[in-house]
Amino acid sequence: MNNLRTPRPVIQVAGIRKTYGATVAVDEVSFEVNDGEIFGLIGPNGAGKTTTMECVEGIRKPDRGTISVLGLDPFRQVYKLQDRIGVQLQQAQLQKRIKVWEAVDLWASLYKKKPADAKRLLDQLGLADKRNAWFMNLSGGQKQRLFIALALINDPEVVFLDELTTGLDPQARRAIWELVRGIRERGKTVFLTTHLMEEAERLCDRVAIIERGRIIDIDTPQRLVDRHCPERVVVLATSDSAAEERFRAIPRIESVVRSDLQFTIRGRGDDLVTEVIHCLSESRIRVTDFRMIVPNLEDVFLKLTGRSIRD
Amino acid sequence: MLRGLWKLTWIEVKVFMREPLGAFGTIGFPVLVFLVIGRVAGRNLPAPSLAASSFFRVGLPVLAALLIAISSVISLITIVSIYREGGILKRLRATPLRPQTILTAHVIVKLALTAATLALMVLAGKRYYPIGIQVPWFGFTIALLISTLSILSIGFLIASIVPTARFAQPIGAAILYPMIAVSGLFSPINSMPPVVQAIARLLPMTYAVSLLEGIWRGDAWSKHIGDIAALALVFFACIALSAKVFRWE
Repeated sequence: MNNLRTPRPVIQVAGIRKTYGATVAVDEVSFEVNDGEIFGLIGPNGAGKTTTMECVEGIRKPDRGTISVLGLDPFRQVYKLQDRIGVQLQQAQLQKRIKVWEAVDLWASLYKKKPADAKRLLDQLGLADKRNAWFMNLSGGQKQRLFIALALINDPEVVFLDELTTGLDPQARRAIWELVRGIRERGKTVFLTTHLMEEAERLCDRVAIIERGRIIDIDTPQRLVDRHCPERVVVLATSDSAAEERFRAIPRIESVVRSDLQFTIRGRGDDLVTEVIHCLSESRIRVTDFRMIVPNLEDVFLKLTGRSIRD
Repeated sequence: MLRGLWKLTWIEVKVFMREPLGAFGTIGFPVLVFLVIGRVAGRNLPAPSLAASSFFRVGLPVLAALLIAISSVISLITIVSIYREGGILKRLRATPLRPQTILTAHVIVKLALTAATLALMVLAGKRYYPIGIQVPWFGFTIALLISTLSILSIGFLIASIVPTARFAQPIGAAILYPMIAVSGLFSPINSMPPVVQAIARLLPMTYAVSLLEGIWRGDAWSKHIGDIAALALVFFACIALSAKVFRWE
């Protein structure tokens, strides 16, 4: 079982660049996606996520650079590739009056491989009772689930999901996350894009942060946070008048800010919390509130780009 | 290579029929108009003059056939641009479907609808237009098929380059309908000013009219090889051009 120990890349992207007129959409983008992982390309809208993904899917040709997916050149061998991958596009539509089962049936007929069990797929995606509904009458979440069904109908080796939960309510979003985890559990590779940091954190094994067409860093969400945002913050409330002085004595602390009874203590590394707790117990300080603020990918993005991903 | 063609074609037919005006607008309405005109004309034109009768005998059926063909071409232009704008073309493209399969499916749907409309008209009109007795229906159908394919290829070229779905229909109509005016259907090409004659000879509609009128009258195919060659030339030129300029999104 060599595969388990050394990650085998199924997607290799090296130095791609894509321009639209004078606008550089993607520049010098390189990354690898390994077999069996969920890999996320994250960044704000317009950062180059979709362009990058569509180059990898073979429906766009990069101006420069090389891409290999499952050992195929996505542009020159696009039909061979399409046979083995499943694609969900951002903002796609189907014929307004096509029925759910007709779409699934059509898609199933397009692939060489024996298609996945369509009925089971619709059951799993909660679309069984919508089999005869027209596409135009589906809700946003139902459309999105249909597109996921179409992306999975050929039992693909790699699944591409572009902004798959955009515009969905939190409940539908969670249901779709469960589905994507299910895809990975069946041994498939998932390559997704998202501008939702929560989605990336909960779903992705590894993420690449892209901004203004360039990749800034690639790693697991946890390691990205550790690397770029080692700051830790403890917020607590106490009426102990001696507290402030004690807090300032904690080693390697960066700042203590007080407002009324509330203290905000900043420092670096995982030890900060231990140090604060130690200080509280040693000095027998009674606290009425104790919270940690742990940085997340959103903070990493802010740190790396100087702007919030939501802007 | 054309995997999925029949399934896609069948789905496109069903989707089209589900549109509010789909079946009636394309098939029912022309037949209805035809019947109304037939009733009125049948009663009020007992002894037409020679020129009028020639137009009623040959020109009118050809005009009707061409109008059906053009309306299906315009509907093709509209559908392709709506599919492009809505991202449907792009979605279909991200599958092993070949572009030519998608386009062929639409052409088959349009040809089938044109044929169905015409067949219904012929059946419905038999009572009012007894002239149909000696008409070579099979030959005329083939001639119309050839003409429609040629006009469809122009439609594809238009569909490849129209910027948005909103413009597709007017642009298609503005290009296709005027072609009929100078096609020789209403007055002979030779009687037109030289400039108009030159333009007419560049337009495929002129050759379509010549072919359709000839076959309707009972000409031998050999007399119209030039027309067929011209229509084929237009077809291949437009298909080659649209393959180059076609936009998926």
